[in-house]
Amino acid sequence: MAELQLQGVGKKFDAVTAVEDVDLTIPDGKLVCLLGPSGCGKTTLIRIIAGLEEPTTGRLLLDGEDITALPAHRRNFGMVFQLLALFPHLSVGENIAYGLRIRGADRTAQDRRVEELLDLVQLPGLGSRHIAQLSGGQRQRVAIARALGLEPRLFLLDEPLSALDAKLREAMQVELRLLQQRLGITTIIVTHDQREAMTMSDLVVVMGDAQVQQAGSPLEIYRNPVNTFVADFIGSSNLLPVTVTGREQVDLAGHLLATPAIGPVIADVNPATLSIRPEDVHVLPQGAGGANRIPGRVTFIRDVGASVETHSDCGGLEVISVAAPKDRPPVAVGDEVMVELPAAACVVLPQ
Amino acid sequence: MRRGRPENYAGWLSAIWPALMLCVFFVIPFSIMAAISFFHRIEGGFYEPGFEFANYARFFTLFFSRILVFSLSLSALAAVVCVALAFPFTYMLTRLRRRRQVVWLVFLLSVLSLSEVIIGFSWSMLLSRTAGISNLFVALGLMDKPASWTPGFPALMMGLCYLAFPYTVLMLYPPLSRLDPQLPEAARTLGASPLRTFFTVIVPAQRGAIVATLIMVFVFTLGAYLLPQLLGRPQHWTLSVMITDQVILQSNLPFAAAMAMFLMLVSLALVGLTYKVGGEGRRP
Repeated sequence: MAELQLQGVGKKFDAVTAVEDVDLTIPDGKLVCLLGPSGCGKTTLIRIIAGLEEPTTGRLLLDGEDITALPAHRRNFGMVFQLLALFPHLSVGENIAYGLRIRGADRTAQDRRVEELLDLVQLPGLGSRHIAQLSGGQRQRVAIARALGLEPRLFLLDEPLSALDAKLREAMQVELRLLQQRLGITTIIVTHDQREAMTMSDLVVVMGDAQVQQAGSPLEIYRNPVNTFVADFIGSSNLLPVTVTGREQVDLAGHLLATPAIGPVIADVNPATLSIRPEDVHVLPQGAGGANRIPGRVTFIRDVGASVETHSDCGGLEVISVAAPKDRPPVAVGDEVMVELPAAACVVLPQ
Repeated sequence: MRRGRPENYAGWLSAIWPALMLCVFFVIPFSIMAAISFFHRIEGGFYEPGFEFANYARFFTLFFSRILVFSLSLSALAAVVCVALAFPFTYMLTRLRRRRQVVWLVFLLSVLSLSEVIIGFSWSMLLSRTAGISNLFVALGLMDKPASWTPGFPALMMGLCYLAFPYTVLMLYPPLSRLDPQLPEAARTLGASPLRTFFTVIVPAQRGAIVATLIMVFVFTLGAYLLPQLLGRPQHWTLSVMITDQVILQSNLPFAAAMAMFLMLVSLALVGLTYKVGGEGRRP
């Protein structure tokens, strides 16, 4: 059982605010991704959690115990670093056994644990190899094994897969997720790759401008972004300027569109932004009447095989639609079309 | 080496220049010295060409063997002390902010402008009874009466370390500033205190740089011939002092050359040994 709570955590480097007033609960046994563009403070936040950086404000509670002042080497949090930081003077086995050696575990216990961990990360029998003899993916696994060596209370990973090539990265994402579920260890991963976050997490924490923008399950964040930053950062979105005209209605360039109920806070801030995912937008031939449809003209079609992307110009606004090949709209560039923005898929956000 | 034989005219030309320099400034003077070491000395005169081992034979006496052993031990100890002091200092220096690092480096470089003579006389004055720092300690009430700390072995060791310290720092600075700052952090998250991190990660990871620096300081202090005379007693005079003495005062160039040759060969052998033993671990 290891539940981490951050209360009003903030960090300033001289005049620069890296992290501002973060309140967050990392539930026990869950995998949480800190997701955001570079410079958003996510790495600083995980370093604060690891004890490598001291917060300027706020406190950290682990299972209710205040650990804000506890130095890194007494926290027993396993960490995988962005550049892995494997000890170049030690072999694979010695790297993994380092924590146990520091604790004074006897030689046989160290060896047994190293074997166990090498099996866990699927590198059996490589204990005597030198770090320089390993491939990128193998080093990755050694770093993970080393961080798990002391059965840490919290497992922290700072952009762990960024050094790997795309294919290996995808495979490691799945493997890491399965490993985490098998061990049931509370895990925090920093990443700037939203696909990676969606693949692995129970909870995604989107960070931007040193603050937590939104925390929720991957689908919740994808479906109901709370602001344009999140909508834009997670996947791609059509962000269209609208005016709120009613409880469940907005005006998009002169066309009234039905939307789900708009919260009272947002209803007051005009103009607002309408966010809709490209895969929810349907392009129909001209003349097809119906609700929530606006006229437009096809300007570009990108057919990449697995999906078809249609760009339409609707009164000066670009709306992008993505469809599977079998649902390819029967239109060509230059055609006048009707673009449907289904009410259920629309999210109205403050601008 | 990655490069093979130069493939074109320009390649050969660029190889000729260093070869020429090496020849003019190293091979020729060294050959002259080697030749002189076998020449015959004329008592009360100079020397005449010849080929005899008399100069080397004279060397294998207890007196010179003791001096040789003392010289080598003195330099080895100075190297160890210097690196032991400079390594933590340089490590902390590289963790400072860039601007402060520059201030320290400029300071160290300015210390380099002091010659061995100035350093020797300054320390002999600072450690003396009449005008030295012991008077300051008396004034502060730390000591009863001023003491003379020079000449003596500690004074000599201090002078040598003072002389070699900036070089040691400047030699350790590049590898230490290239050290991945995540290495010590990784050790911290694995439960090592800052002190244990220093000894179990930073020092072993820099093993190659440490060995190279030890060798450099050893060779560097082996050549010091003024400090032993200024800060040491006659029993602290090193082989370099003896060589100087033979050249300048005794005009016995063949014997001086033989000693220089011998000193060079012995230190070369020691350097090789250190490199082999110290460099055995894999270096990054």
